[in-house]
Amino acid sequence: MEPTAVTKFQEKAKVLDAQAIHRSLVRIAHEILERNKGTEALALVGIRTRGAILSQRLAKELEAIDHRPVQVGVLDITLYRDDLSRIAPNPIVHATDIFFDIADLHLILVDDVLFTGRTIRAALNAISDLGRPKTIQLAVLVDRGHRELPIRADYVGKNIPTHVREHIEVRLNELDEKEEVVIEEPVSASEKR
Amino acid sequence: MSTTTTVERGTQTMQWTKKDLLGLRELSTEEIRLILQTAESFREISLRPIKKVPALRGKTVVNLFFEPSTRTRTSFELAAKRLSADIVNITPQSSSLSKGETVLDTVRNLEALKIDILVIRHAAAGVPHLIARQANAAVINAGDGAHEHPTQALLDLFTIQEKKGRIEGLNVSIIGDIMHSRVARSNIWGLTKLGAHVTVCAPPTLMPPQIDQLGVRVTYALDEAIRGADILMLLRIQHERQETMLVPSLREFRLRYGLTRERLAIAKPDVLIMHPGPVNRGVEMDSSVADGPFSVILDQVTNGLAVRMAALYLVSGAHKTDEEEPAT
Repeated sequence: MEPTAVTKFQEKAKVLDAQAIHRSLVRIAHEILERNKGTEALALVGIRTRGAILSQRLAKELEAIDHRPVQVGVLDITLYRDDLSRIAPNPIVHATDIFFDIADLHLILVDDVLFTGRTIRAALNAISDLGRPKTIQLAVLVDRGHRELPIRADYVGKNIPTHVREHIEVRLNELDEKEEVVIEEPVSASEKR
Repeated sequence: MSTTTTVERGTQTMQWTKKDLLGLRELSTEEIRLILQTAESFREISLRPIKKVPALRGKTVVNLFFEPSTRTRTSFELAAKRLSADIVNITPQSSSLSKGETVLDTVRNLEALKIDILVIRHAAAGVPHLIARQANAAVINAGDGAHEHPTQALLDLFTIQEKKGRIEGLNVSIIGDIMHSRVARSNIWGLTKLGAHVTVCAPPTLMPPQIDQLGVRVTYALDEAIRGADILMLLRIQHERQETMLVPSLREFRLRYGLTRERLAIAKPDVLIMHPGPVNRGVEMDSSVADGPFSVILDQVTNGLAVRMAALYLVSGAHKTDEEEPAT
């Protein structure tokens, strides 16, 4: 992931629009309910920043179906990154906001894109420092492949095969004033090979 | 990590690039805000059942304290431990400094042991700065003479921000032994940079000449410092730094400058009382004030931990040990 600072990216394809994102979340909500048989002892934890937004939306969908409030927390994994000693300056740390006891809950970890799996590894370590949930399940909007660790998602909005050098941009209304998922490719990718 | 970007939209773009944290005088307003914002994120860690994160795993921090200290040293020690760093404490009594080794030789020997961060307190102003120029390790000033004590001022700023929701526009009175106080100097720099109005109050013998050039109001009357102030920041009378008696007696100091419940009658109803500790009860303030409803002295101690975690985290990232270029 070294050359990100210099390389320019251009849009290659739009893979999800607003409606498709919404449908994915509704389906994932149903799948979560099916597998966990309701929202009792269930909580969502979103990974900053876009995972946190998606977890809020997912909670709304779950509440609409099951008519019961679902607890939602926000996880910042910065302090658990495995590349902290390699990047300078240190990235900005944001707060983790999980003010409920996660012990014996079924935790649904929510993120926007599943790629190398390193973010999820960091999140699993962060969660185990907060307590011992009964299960941890993973929901992602996009799985783009290229795992570097033995990690998989339980709920996937869309599987999108990509080249390692491509980017997946998830844009959400709350943050980006746009609602879409696009693939971006490096400009003049052919020259670099 | 789906992206390597460290700055997210909607948050500050500021990043910490300094190798050392030596004083608030050389920090920009944005850098001060970044430390406070980072400390805010770290505060929650100490509320967890497992009070530890792996951020500084494998880093070595050395507490090099040439002056006695309990709360600052312990605070740095716990901060380092909660970030999973290894920490070693060195005090002059137990080191070769008592055998005549120079400070710089001590530091060179520590560096030969591949340490990452040095936390230094010294009775002479400028020692941390001297060491920072020579050392590859990051240096955090934990108090140098009567010069600066940056983490104390930062935790004071953090506490004010937490309790009042802002710093800009507040009236802050710093009262007591201004002359010998590094806490006062660091706070004056920090508070004025963040837009507070600062008043200093002391007996003339404990007021440094030309202190008004730092942009503060000077008064010698305690009532004038209390009236209208949002924050009363009291300082410890430093008997160990008084080569000659600059006040006739502690009793007389208490009568003229000690904060008693009666004197507080003219204070604002939502005044906050702060003290960097250790408190000389019955001298700078009475027990009824130190333990009273306006006192946030113990909140300062709690916040100090988060602020020091932030300081250690930020300086540890600003330089990487494999870098060749000399520090700025």
